[in-house]
Amino acid sequence: MVEAKTRTVSPEARRPLSPHLQIYRPMLTMMMSIMHRITGIALYAGTLLLAAWLIAAATDARAFATVSDLLSSVLGRLILLGFTWSLFHHLMGGLRHFIQDTGRGMEHPEREYLAQATLFGGLALTIVVWALAYASR
Amino acid sequence: MSNNPNSMRTTVRQVRHLGSAKSGTHHAWNMRLTSFALVPLTIAFVWIVLSLVGKDYNTVRAALGSPMLAIIMLLFILTSIYHMMLGMQTIIEDYVHGEGTKTLSLALNIFFSFAVGLACVYAVLRLSFV
Repeated sequence: MVEAKTRTVSPEARRPLSPHLQIYRPMLTMMMSIMHRITGIALYAGTLLLAAWLIAAATDARAFATVSDLLSSVLGRLILLGFTWSLFHHLMGGLRHFIQDTGRGMEHPEREYLAQATLFGGLALTIVVWALAYASR
Repeated sequence: MSNNPNSMRTTVRQVRHLGSAKSGTHHAWNMRLTSFALVPLTIAFVWIVLSLVGKDYNTVRAALGSPMLAIIMLLFILTSIYHMMLGMQTIIEDYVHGEGTKTLSLALNIFFSFAVGLACVYAVLRLSFV
């Protein structure tokens, strides 16, 4: 009985595993790692917005007006706000990765500072860019 | 070697000593290379979009079709599309485990990246030359 069951399980599944994500208490460094991936996926989808905007500009004035109206609607603005934040958060995460690729900033206080810099840097840049956009409108 | 179903040997043990796949660091290096290029390119891209907020159609058209901006836009598009294709490949390899769905996802990732990339590049070139 037992033998018949183990037959279908791969060797890896029968070996002891190290604990995975659900086991650990959420930490800022862990959250920033996850957010890097999520913002990356968001930007992947966001390239469709860039393509739509460029294609509309290359088509004619009417197509451009349609896309501009969609993007400047409340929902459009929220999506663009999310896109801007994703871009800056991912950019700040990338800079953190560059520092840690050199072996620096991996120890206790430094890695927390870098995680905070990623989070607040991304938010700050988003606010600055949107303030500039509204000011120049 | 792997004939015994109760073997504790992992798949790694079964392929060890067969030699490397000869492509181990290529993906990681290209990821770093495109990240590095995307730092200034992203800032330039945001700057360009910001300068065009609320501008009328003819101004946007002329700006995106001007040589300097078009070249920066093309560099940003090509670099970021390649970067995101590599990134999505890693995500798929991490989370999609079925052999068929994994292969299909990896193929769709490449198709999507090429389609969006080509559409963006075509639009910028058309703004420049038409």
